[in-house]
Amino acid sequence: MNSLILRTTTGFLLSLLMLFSVYLMLRGHNAPGGGFIGGLTATAALTLYAFAFDVATVRKMLRLDPLSIAGLGLALALCSGLPGMVGGDAYLTSRWAVLLLPDGAEIHLGTPLLFDFGVYLVVIGVGCAVLLTMAEERGE
Amino acid sequence: MNLLLVAPILLPLLTAALCLLAWKSVRVQRWLGVAGSAALLASALALFAEVHVRGIAVSHAGEWAAPFGITLAADLLGALMVVLGGIVGLMVSVYSLGSIDEGRERFGFHPLVQILLMGVCGAFLTGDLFNLYVWFEVLLMASFVLTALGGERAQMEGAIKYVTLNLVSSAIFLAALGLLYGLTHSLNMADVSLRLARLNYPALENLLAVLFFIAFGIKAAVFPLFFWLPASYHTMPVSVSALFAGLLTKVGVYALIRVFTLVFRDDVEFVKELMLVVACLTMAVGVLGAVAQMEMRRILSFHIVSQIGYMIIGLALMTPLALAGTVFYLAHHIIVKTNLFLVSGAVARATGSFELKKSGGLYAAQPGLALLFLVPALSLAGIPPLSGFWGKYILVKAGLESGQVVLVVVALAVSVFTMISMMKIWSEAFWKPHPLGLTPAPVGLLNGPIAAMAAMTLLIGFGVEPVMQLAERSAQQLLDPQSYITAVLEARR
Repeated sequence: MNSLILRTTTGFLLSLLMLFSVYLMLRGHNAPGGGFIGGLTATAALTLYAFAFDVATVRKMLRLDPLSIAGLGLALALCSGLPGMVGGDAYLTSRWAVLLLPDGAEIHLGTPLLFDFGVYLVVIGVGCAVLLTMAEERGE
Repeated sequence: MNLLLVAPILLPLLTAALCLLAWKSVRVQRWLGVAGSAALLASALALFAEVHVRGIAVSHAGEWAAPFGITLAADLLGALMVVLGGIVGLMVSVYSLGSIDEGRERFGFHPLVQILLMGVCGAFLTGDLFNLYVWFEVLLMASFVLTALGGERAQMEGAIKYVTLNLVSSAIFLAALGLLYGLTHSLNMADVSLRLARLNYPALENLLAVLFFIAFGIKAAVFPLFFWLPASYHTMPVSVSALFAGLLTKVGVYALIRVFTLVFRDDVEFVKELMLVVACLTMAVGVLGAVAQMEMRRILSFHIVSQIGYMIIGLALMTPLALAGTVFYLAHHIIVKTNLFLVSGAVARATGSFELKKSGGLYAAQPGLALLFLVPALSLAGIPPLSGFWGKYILVKAGLESGQVVLVVVALAVSVFTMISMMKIWSEAFWKPHPLGLTPAPVGLLNGPIAAMAAMTLLIGFGVEPVMQLAERSAQQLLDPQSYITAVLEARR
């Protein structure tokens, strides 16, 4: 698609949407959101970019093959269950660390977040693999 | 113990993830596949050793206790099945190095095999009925893609039948789960077992039992729900059909054993009767179907069906000896059947065709391969002292002890017909000269896994005593569900 308006706005929207997708992923532990929905948002942003410019640009931007991103996410999600086993608990038992910020705020970082991030990457990888392949076939 | 239980599930998943990371390099994926399968087998053996020494192993993911959490439990049968899954996985991975085409490899053959193995191991290790459903779906998803991968015309036809029938089975399974949950408010197998025993609704229990029998029966390919199997197995690449032939129907049989020893224990006499009839018909119809075929893998596919009948016998009789026979038969059958499919691939490679009419001359050109075919073939037919003889002997003995004469007669007659089929393959593909006068080509690497599995068949045949003791011990465990229930519900940490 060759539209100046779409191209210009997509440049802004991409960064906003990606930021929003990370926000969705992070708040997912106790509120609506999570890795899956965040990953879908990111995929949607990337697809918009592919519409505005072209598929090759998006592929170059991703650097890795989409399926490799999914593989990375799968491996991360898998590893997120392992720290729980140190100390004899079962697989996927959650482990938490508290990060104290200078202004006194606390950030709870835990293995479920790593799991969510893995899911986030799997969704982006698989979503992009499917959508980009289909977009390429239509373009041919 | 926690690590041992999750390793057979995590290792294939990790291998698949690594294969995805190495998506561009088929060579790396190949070796990852072999290494992953070898690691799976090693972890399965470690789990088996643990269960053998210390009894039932239980782990609750995330420390959420049963019946609410995700329970993984391995008794002897479960651990044995995981070991067999590892063996088949490793053999098929090695075999596929020399047989699968690069097109399929580039579209994810290796990660899919690993995902399939993960689903199979998950199904063997789960202690929760809904998770069993999920693992079934995992392995079915992988198997759907493996069936259709390559997109040849015949393959698509087979894939459509395969996918449709398996989706029907999943739908029935899911409906049965819903009803069971409505009745007992639980899906943890141990918990359901206790709750069902306290309820007194024989009619509903029988209905549920029949639904489960149909759902797993489709997957195990029993009469009259088997027709998807011979319609699809001969259309896939050899590595895939060997993997399916070895493991997939047996997951169905395993699920039947688990459900009918643990969950539905009493009040299901109707289903037991049904099973006996179905076992007889499955054996007979399967073997008669094979007689009419002249394509090697179609013959073998029909024989899977007929062999499933033998395994159902033991479950239907439910005596300690009969159940031990079923466990023994499972172990013997998985190895022999996988091997026969691997041989069929070697035959097709050497002579150029799976069609018996178009092949021949293998005995003169490759007596070694001919010998390697004879071991699993004669074992399947039940010739002493090979493994199949002992399996049939135990089941026939158990049948006679229970006074099921008709069953025994059918089982013995089916053996004879199995022998006829195997001799048909022998005389057509190996004995007669090649119809076009060609000299069969060497098959190289393919001989390796075939020889290894033939050696295992011999090992089971000659070392029958320890294997039988193992089968008896696992049958005792199955017949004493209380120990499983206690292990799952009272596992601390």
